[in-house]
Amino acid sequence: MISMSYTDDELLPISALQHLVFCERQCALIHIERLWADNALTVDGHLLHKKAHDNSHELIDGVRVARSLWLVSRRLGLVGQADIVELHRDGSVVPVEYKRGKPKRDRSDEIQLCAQALCLEEQLETSIDRGFLFYGKRKRRTAVAIDASLRDQTGAVIARLRNMIDRQQTPTATRQPKCENCSLIDLCLPDGQRFRNGVAAWNQRQFAVAAGDDAPLTDSYDFLSAEAN
Amino acid sequence: MKKHLNTLFVTTEGAYLRKEGQAVVVRVEKQTRLRVPLHNLDGIVCFGRVGCSPALMASCAKGNVSISFLNPYGGFLAAVTGFSPGNVLLRRQQYRAADAADSTLAIAKEIVAGKIANSRSVLLRAARDISAPDAQEQLQRAARRMANDVTMARNETSLDALRGREGESAATYFQVFSSMISPQATGFAFTTRSRRPPLDPLNALLSFLYSMLTHDARSACEAAGLDAAVGFLHRDRPGRPGLALDLIEEFRAFLVDRLTLSLINRRQIQSSDFEITQSGAVLLKDKPRKTVLAAYQKRKQATITHPFLDEKTTIGLLIHLQARLLARHLRGDLDAYPPFLWR
Ligand code: SF4
Repeated sequence: MISMSYTDDELLPISALQHLVFCERQCALIHIERLWADNALTVDGHLLHKKAHDNSHELIDGVRVARSLWLVSRRLGLVGQADIVELHRDGSVVPVEYKRGKPKRDRSDEIQLCAQALCLEEQLETSIDRGFLFYGKRKRRTAVAIDASLRDQTGAVIARLRNMIDRQQTPTATRQPKCENCSLIDLCLPDGQRFRNGVAAWNQRQFAVAAGDDAPLTDSYDFLSAEAN
Repeated sequence: MKKHLNTLFVTTEGAYLRKEGQAVVVRVEKQTRLRVPLHNLDGIVCFGRVGCSPALMASCAKGNVSISFLNPYGGFLAAVTGFSPGNVLLRRQQYRAADAADSTLAIAKEIVAGKIANSRSVLLRAARDISAPDAQEQLQRAARRMANDVTMARNETSLDALRGREGESAATYFQVFSSMISPQATGFAFTTRSRRPPLDPLNALLSFLYSMLTHDARSACEAAGLDAAVGFLHRDRPGRPGLALDLIEEFRAFLVDRLTLSLINRRQIQSSDFEITQSGAVLLKDKPRKTVLAAYQKRKQATITHPFLDEKTTIGLLIHLQARLLARHLRGDLDAYPPFLWR
């Protein structure tokens, strides 16, 4: 990545990295086209976050716990908020991220945590070697090593995100099993894409039928009887 | 996603709406008449002298709940919309497409052809379901002429010609409209389409329901990130929701005309349900208006398979899907706009 300093307007939310890992199109719909749809999942997430985000500092067992800390990296061009950052006596800084549900198959949670660590390193001029993910379903912490391999992966995702945002191009959809769990499915319409490059032809066929006198009528309604009951 | 939620219609003159917690509360003469959680709503439509608190307007704007203020005839007065943060790119694409003659014509053609095809389906279906042979014959003859209009509309090379074709086809359709009215439905003779103001009960009913449909189309545009004012078939005119009017074309006959016909043919609405105002305009009385609104809401809950997406959806959601398909086309995801076609 070229070393430079991003301005306020160019900063991208850390959460976009997760969206990108989940589905590039979802990420573009949210961060380029600014469509957003709350579903049960996201609403739940907000509630869970409320607890972590009450903006306080506490001293617990000699560890200073900062909640809802704003994160920014001028070098990477990222902004976000950390659920919890622990500031230990020995000077170590440990980000903790809360997640509903259980660990995911992909590494998106680790990547988000790593991005937070990168911001903290830049802001606090420190180095961070671990963080924690807390999964609501499991109710315990999982340690995550902020090692070279995770840093590389995170860097690659950040570069992909930057590239996509710069091009302002929304990738087209392909229907995948994960679409079922996607809060944007009704905005994305992945099935409509089956007809990609074929709508004109579809219209042509449909109108040919529609203009024919022998066009079969569907029987979803009985005109005079079944209506407006 | 805009689920197909409910629209709250407030028809009581003098009602005042305000926000209490996460709910909207309707008060009439200082008494609470109704309380609806905001998350159960996707729109609020106020008729006549109805007020709203700023706090309610703010949270509706934020939560994408559209509020429309209409006059007692259903005519649009004002709407509350929030700042639309996103989609400046989509809107730019919409404006570019609306500025370019070829893309405008391409979209307008599919809309008009869709409208004619759907009106035609309404005639054919009525012809199949009624028993009077001469009415049947009339409807079929009109449908044949309109079949030609469908094909011709898609071959027009200018917007003016296209609008002309649409006008002719609408004339054919409304000429035989009265053949779909049952002889028992007295007082609903249909002569000609009168809009501003509607001069007979049938026109009053049609206009009223078209206004409801326009309200829904407006919300659908906003929800899809489109500018409801900039249309393709409808030219820009200040104060006119051009795109919302474009979107309702495919639905007029399929949704409003059929609903109107079934309301009067089944005598749920009778000519005595209307009054003539001093200006000569014909107005639906208060109680029957509620009947009509309830029937409209009920109709929107019926399910149907979307022809293009091949997915089950509700009739109320159709217009949202069309707005999204149009947005997809404007963005370049889809090579053409697939209109809603009903058969
Ligand atoms: S519906 Fe599928 S393709 Fe569309 S944004 Fe969601 S996951 Fe991606």
